[in-house]
Amino acid sequence: MNFKFTGKRISGVQAVVPANERSFLEEMKNFDFPEARSLKLKEVMGYDKRRLVQPGVCVSDLAVFGLQNLFERGLLPPNDIDALIVCTQTPDYLLPPTSSVIQGRLKLKQDMFCLDINQACAGFVVGLIEAFMLLEQESVRKVVLINADVLSRLTSKKDRNIYPLVGDAASIAVIERAAEDEPIFASLKMDGSRGEALMIPAGGMRLPHSAETARLEDVGDHNLRAKDHLYMDGSAIFNFVQTAVPPLIEGILEAAGVSRDSLDYFLCHQPNRFMLQKLADKMKVPYSKMPNNVVERFGNNSGATIPVALISNLAERVKTGHCRVCLAGFGAGLTWAAMLLRLGRMDFCELIDYPDNQAVPV
Amino acid sequence: MKTVPEILQEIRPEFDFSTSSDFIADGMLDSFDMVTLVSALDKNFEISIPGTDILPEHFKNVGTIEALLRQVGAKV
Repeated sequence: MNFKFTGKRISGVQAVVPANERSFLEEMKNFDFPEARSLKLKEVMGYDKRRLVQPGVCVSDLAVFGLQNLFERGLLPPNDIDALIVCTQTPDYLLPPTSSVIQGRLKLKQDMFCLDINQACAGFVVGLIEAFMLLEQESVRKVVLINADVLSRLTSKKDRNIYPLVGDAASIAVIERAAEDEPIFASLKMDGSRGEALMIPAGGMRLPHSAETARLEDVGDHNLRAKDHLYMDGSAIFNFVQTAVPPLIEGILEAAGVSRDSLDYFLCHQPNRFMLQKLADKMKVPYSKMPNNVVERFGNNSGATIPVALISNLAERVKTGHCRVCLAGFGAGLTWAAMLLRLGRMDFCELIDYPDNQAVPV
Repeated sequence: MKTVPEILQEIRPEFDFSTSSDFIADGMLDSFDMVTLVSALDKNFEISIPGTDILPEHFKNVGTIEALLRQVGAKV
């Protein structure tokens, strides 16, 4: 499904990451694997540092901290927010929506639209599409898109296939109308028939939490995981990304009449360095144009990975100038989505730490 | 330049790969070992094995691995 938008822009991006930094070298002992094998994996996959929330910290805590920071510095007047979209797979509650929780905690106006979207790694592009559609309405002038997950809380520490990848983070993007005449193109595809390749089996109504779903099971390859934990069929997801994402990007380039070489950067979701390098090879894109340095510094931040990649690599450029980028996210659903747009003249593009000692609601 | 058996031995020194015709079924290579192996093969043979070819059937034994390498232009 293709989309085209005009007269809209991202005017600021902030990422909030927990101050609590963990190191793969320190955590290797949690896994039942020889050190030499883990070290080889570290080199290939890019595992190194990542940020994890302290016990009890939720998505709304990270988001409220970041939004308050923007309010206090005068970068985002609270009353300007006409819509608040939260893309997360780790909501504070089953209900109410986390967007409503954030609205309530910040005492935002009632005349606004709060919306939760159950999306993860493709969530930044999906959320932008939704934000741009909302901005077609006369009454919506500014949308805040939050992509946040605290997946470390739903990951087995004894699962080497998942645990070393995950990093917690929230991103806050402000999207508004602008006198931009350059169109924005987006393309989105979904395949629910392969949804079980990336899932948390328990905790919904199909399989509610219980002592049984919390019990660690030997799932092979020396890994222990419970049904309450995040599961990923690594081979299936790897193959999905390599087969589905290149034609999606080729398709959107063709629809937009844009050549691959005319783009400055490809900012993709970053599950691990190896997957990104293989994607770049397949698409004949130089590694320098497809940054893969987020996973080694922050871990896989789910839907916040693309904003974190933007901040980590292009912050000064998008604050002082412009660049043309292709965004690509892919993950749970399965969902894969890409967007071509011009980024620039942002009011802010920054990363802040969420302190370890920050009080959270009980 | 190293041979495929030498690279396999470096990744999983505890196994004798000459005794198996299916490394995956025999539990000698898991999906992460395949990733490590592809990275090592890419560097050693100065190639890039396409991501779409990183499938278990290409890593069953030395013969299937060498066939994949030849397919992507490596001199094995």
